[in-house]
Amino acid sequence: MLTKLTHDIVTLSRRRWLAATAGLVLGLAAFSNAKAQETIKVGVLHSLSGTMAISETTLKDTILFLIEEQNKKGGVLGKKLEPVVVDPASNWPLFAEKARELITKDKVSVVFGCWTSVSRKSVLPVFKELNSILFYPVQYEGEESERNVFYTGAAPNQQAIPAVDYLMKDEKVKRWVLAGTDYVYPRTTNKILEAYLKSKGVKQEDIMINYTPFGHSDWQTIVADIKKFGSAGKKTAVVSTINGDANVPFYKELGNQGIKATDIPVVAFSVGEEELAGIDTKPLLGHLAAWNYFQSIKSPENEKFIKAWQAYTKNPKRVTNDPMEAHVIGFDMWVKAVEKVKSTDPDKVIDALPGIEAKNLTGGTSKMLPNHHITKPVFIGEIKANGQFDVVWKTPGLVAGDAWSKELEGSKDLIGDWVGKKCGNYNTKTNKCGGQGS
Amino acid sequence: MSANFLDSLRALLLAILLAAAFAAPALAGPFEDAVAKFANDDFSDTDEAIGAVATSGNPLAFPIISALQEGRLSADPDTKKVFVTQADGKVIDAATGAAVDKLPDNAAAVRLNNRLRRAVEAALGGLTLLSPDPAKRIAAAQSVFKSHEESALVVIDGALAKETNKSVKAAFAEARAAILLYKSDATEVEKLEAVAVVKARGDQEAMALLTGLGSDLPPNVARAVASAIASIQSNLQMWSMVQYAWYGLSLGSVLLLAAIGLAITFGVMGVINMAHGEMVMLGAYTTFVVQEVIRSNYPGLFDYSLLIAVPLAFLVAGAVGVAIERGIIRFLYGRPLETLLATWGLSLVLQQAVRTAFGPTNREVGNPSWMSGAFELGQITITYNRLWILCFTLAVFVILLAMLRYTALGLEMRAVTQNRRMAASMGIATSRVDALTFGLGSGIAGIAGVALSQIDNVSPNLGQSYIIDSFMVVVFGGVGNLWGTLVGAFTLGIANKFLEPVAGAVLGKIAILVLIILFIQKRPRGLFALKGRAVEA
Amino acid sequence: MTPHVLTRSLDRSATIFLVVVAGLGVLIPLSNLLLPAGSALQVPTYLVALFGKYACYAILALSIDLIWGYCGILSLGHGAFFALGGYAMGMYLMRQIGSRGVYGNPILPDFMVFLNYPALPWYWHGFDMFWFAALMVILVPGLLAFCFGWLAFRSRVTGVYLSIITQAMTYALLLAFFRNDFGFGGNNGLTDFKDILGFNVQADGTRAALFALSCLALIVTFLICRAVVTSKLGKVLIAIRDAESRTRFLGYRVESYKLFVFTLSACMAGVAGALYVPQVGIINPSEFAPGNSIEAVIWVAVGGRGTLVGAALGAVVVNYAKTYFTSGPLAPYWLFMLGALFILVTLLLPKGIVGTFNAWRESRKATEKANAESAALEDGVGEPKPAE
Repeated sequence: MLTKLTHDIVTLSRRRWLAATAGLVLGLAAFSNAKAQETIKVGVLHSLSGTMAISETTLKDTILFLIEEQNKKGGVLGKKLEPVVVDPASNWPLFAEKARELITKDKVSVVFGCWTSVSRKSVLPVFKELNSILFYPVQYEGEESERNVFYTGAAPNQQAIPAVDYLMKDEKVKRWVLAGTDYVYPRTTNKILEAYLKSKGVKQEDIMINYTPFGHSDWQTIVADIKKFGSAGKKTAVVSTINGDANVPFYKELGNQGIKATDIPVVAFSVGEEELAGIDTKPLLGHLAAWNYFQSIKSPENEKFIKAWQAYTKNPKRVTNDPMEAHVIGFDMWVKAVEKVKSTDPDKVIDALPGIEAKNLTGGTSKMLPNHHITKPVFIGEIKANGQFDVVWKTPGLVAGDAWSKELEGSKDLIGDWVGKKCGNYNTKTNKCGGQGS
Repeated sequence: MSANFLDSLRALLLAILLAAAFAAPALAGPFEDAVAKFANDDFSDTDEAIGAVATSGNPLAFPIISALQEGRLSADPDTKKVFVTQADGKVIDAATGAAVDKLPDNAAAVRLNNRLRRAVEAALGGLTLLSPDPAKRIAAAQSVFKSHEESALVVIDGALAKETNKSVKAAFAEARAAILLYKSDATEVEKLEAVAVVKARGDQEAMALLTGLGSDLPPNVARAVASAIASIQSNLQMWSMVQYAWYGLSLGSVLLLAAIGLAITFGVMGVINMAHGEMVMLGAYTTFVVQEVIRSNYPGLFDYSLLIAVPLAFLVAGAVGVAIERGIIRFLYGRPLETLLATWGLSLVLQQAVRTAFGPTNREVGNPSWMSGAFELGQITITYNRLWILCFTLAVFVILLAMLRYTALGLEMRAVTQNRRMAASMGIATSRVDALTFGLGSGIAGIAGVALSQIDNVSPNLGQSYIIDSFMVVVFGGVGNLWGTLVGAFTLGIANKFLEPVAGAVLGKIAILVLIILFIQKRPRGLFALKGRAVEA
Repeated sequence: MTPHVLTRSLDRSATIFLVVVAGLGVLIPLSNLLLPAGSALQVPTYLVALFGKYACYAILALSIDLIWGYCGILSLGHGAFFALGGYAMGMYLMRQIGSRGVYGNPILPDFMVFLNYPALPWYWHGFDMFWFAALMVILVPGLLAFCFGWLAFRSRVTGVYLSIITQAMTYALLLAFFRNDFGFGGNNGLTDFKDILGFNVQADGTRAALFALSCLALIVTFLICRAVVTSKLGKVLIAIRDAESRTRFLGYRVESYKLFVFTLSACMAGVAGALYVPQVGIINPSEFAPGNSIEAVIWVAVGGRGTLVGAALGAVVVNYAKTYFTSGPLAPYWLFMLGALFILVTLLLPKGIVGTFNAWRESRKATEKANAESAALEDGVGEPKPAE
């Protein structure tokens, strides 16, 4: 009855509505681009909606900012850079589809994008097939070196191992909780760390490994378990590879259950300034994070960058973080490589990139290595009450990123070398390209 | 150990406390040298300085160390001068105690790391054992218990003799036992007594202390330690069952809170409201906005921010709910499955709207002081925020139940949902009741958002993470029955928490889902099925 | 009289649909392969892959329409069957990589080397053979649907209860496949495929062939669905949709009919998933996400529930909108567009695009008959049950 009534009402005005909707859609379609001036197109492949938008939106803004700055300096090769932004919506097949669209339809010269290994793995075949360039700015589990991808985030030896070294030496930690979200990055990192710890004489019973699903929000049991594990009379620390979203409830629970950094410090590899912006950090004073960049690091480059970034976003409180710095370095390296070969041709740029140096924001100079990873300094920071980090330790120099971990059985003989060997998985034992090669 | 020495030590410690206000001039060179080390901005120098200052006996030691802990100790790297900013904002020179007009411009707070923080705590523990405040004395005893520094034994002995407060006395005795256990030259008798004291304490700290003992103990002591560990372990085991039950209740209360609004819109009205999670999100963002306004305008009211946010969140989410009902749902009654599509579209729009308005990143919602921290009940830790959420949930539930039962609106709601045409012919304005019911359900979801903002991310994805669980709870409990939702939420919460230690977090959750699927086979209409004609509607 | 109207309108649109799909299935691959790249009529490869994806979604939409539009079973977990079919195909493609993986292990896929699997888990055996994988593509989703349906329909779980437990099923599978210990690559899923039946999956020819195959599968699925819904069986299904109890009292074994059509539908979804994976190049647990299944239901609603052509059309229209809106200057706002589309369609086109079009044509034909509109309404084109 009711339905029929409403139905009748609706039918009356339906035609008008249809016309309006059609008009709207057509109007939007006409909104498409029509540009004459020749530009160099730069693809931006970061999720603007869905679960990953929380981290990736900032990186999209970073690239837009860098492009604007570069255009102010006159662009590249006398041409302006033109960003092409797409939204892969945190959907992995859509990442592949959008990558294909960027390369073949928009004809971009380079793509900056992805966050999490699965998105990279999803677009990888596309970049290989269509021979384009991807800059991947996030720390990851390593075990990969591809010709078309440049990894500007940290490999495990540039983040995890120095952090554990610090805790072992400085905090005299004897017992370890390796807590992570159940996906490849934590799994691999923990595997590497487990092997590393054992090589340092830590016994199996002093290592506790725990995995939780994505977005885990009820941490009561796990935090209590950590507390219990930590009460065995030996100094205990937690190495956390817990992924973005789950961190806030985790830290809130830590704070509330009164686990202080002086008792059981937590060192995190995925918690940066952006993540802390959502938490009251007073109870977390002293917990640690290992990164290659912190906003609080004093250097002229960093101060200049933060100022320009906050002016660009018109937000004096806008924070910076490590993956942003990775994009800054990657973008700079790409610009230098293009200017060196005077072309945006992918083959030429790929060959030119190894060896290119670019200033990082912490006062050093990072270099692109033949395995397509870069050299980076490693910093350990303690959380301060204002949501920033206080650097308590850093590596004396820059650490070269290992594509293949020395700690893992399957990869210890492998190296990536795109300059001499032209191979991503060269076996130094058998002197052959192609993995373990049996 | 001479009595003279003890007396003088006690006098000295008292003097330290008294001297905080009347800073006396420095005694000797070594103290000043030690203080100057704070200015080197080097962690090992700072460490040495803490040790030297704490044992110097200088009356300025306590103010310096406590200032260091609270970040009020600053140093000028050029002149190597160190300053204490007192609680009232006055600045003194740390080495001399002389007042200074203001901090030099390039003075920076002395930095700490975790190792130093521990050193500071231990030093303060030694320095506050004789504090007039019993709570502080207990805290000091606890930190001595943890650090079991031999150097504190003398002070503890002295303090113990003088102590009259029973609980402080117990804490001192435990701290003393801890020191003796780790003291290499303590006698076997002393050690056995100490084991008994620690065993009586019986918590995880005690366990940590005992298991941390080396293997070079006399056989008698080693046996006593082993049996103490075993007894503490079985005791803790029993308590852990209670702990799981509590965790289950707490998870259940979160589930109930998230689902209770849905129990109205979905359970009572039959609208498959996929935008329910977004109503929760709106509530959480309302809390954020309220806190922002309070932070910038009335910082004193921060502890009341949640109380202010609750009615506002109800109004905001409720108003949005009424708007949705009037604008969309109204046209879809009788087509329950199509409401799913429209509300799904709506949830996309609301998520993106919030993302556009507030940005995609997490927003900080603070815990008011009465919701921070935890207390110990027996051997389990109960955090205040979880406890308050449980109470709050039950209160919301009771109020809702009472509203449906005793108010005119509640009567009308029940009438309309039971038989719309009959209710209409009795003169009830059914469309108004529909709008209000939907508004009520949405408003309650908004209130849930206020509570959930205390334990979870406040981000545009907040709602998504609760929507599936909420539907499970409502369906498991039985659509259309609030009691079913209550029982369903707590059953799922407790079952989940007992499964989690056995199966792990992921498998536990999978097991729960499979159990729900199987349970629905047994009772196709949930735990508390409605009977009568409404079933076939 | 009403089924007559329904069949006749279907007949005509069905013919058009079949001709269009077959035409595209032949012309697009030909244009892509034969015409020189860059010419105005050449369809670029990325569009071929894209259209192939749409075709797979259309098959999924058909499978949902078969149970929802014609039997009133609203499954919010159909993405699970789609993903299971996809995983079966993905496992075959993984095994085809052989020693070309980054570690060069001839047996174990990369992620297993990576996670120190000593040997291939038992459930991975046999997937190196295409026929076995193809069988599993149909068998695994079919078996799961059979078991699930057998339990649920026998216990007479209906309506929202059924919808929610299908959602629970896909959610449980999502969590399970996310687990790395489960042996399916965890969050990274299966990717970096090389060959299918000896052909390079990235070659233009393979893509064109896969697209043509997807179109063929779409046509076959459509014909099967049509055969089911126009047969006597189809009439019983519609009867179950409109009045389940009455049908049961008339002596039909309702649960058997439901079980049959549910299992059939799951098998179709599995095939769609299997065709989808080589074309998009990745299968990952997020395909199990409840949101995906809900979206698939929405495609059907947009196109027109209870009209097979509509379901397929809806899948294409919504996904095209998604592709279109997620690029260009509107990218940050695409969720507004999509959300608004869903709301407007439910409010203004309650019978979906095709259903509304059919109703409009009917009402134009029977110009003065006041009952024309309500007849179309009551004949059950868009209604799960009589309104009151």
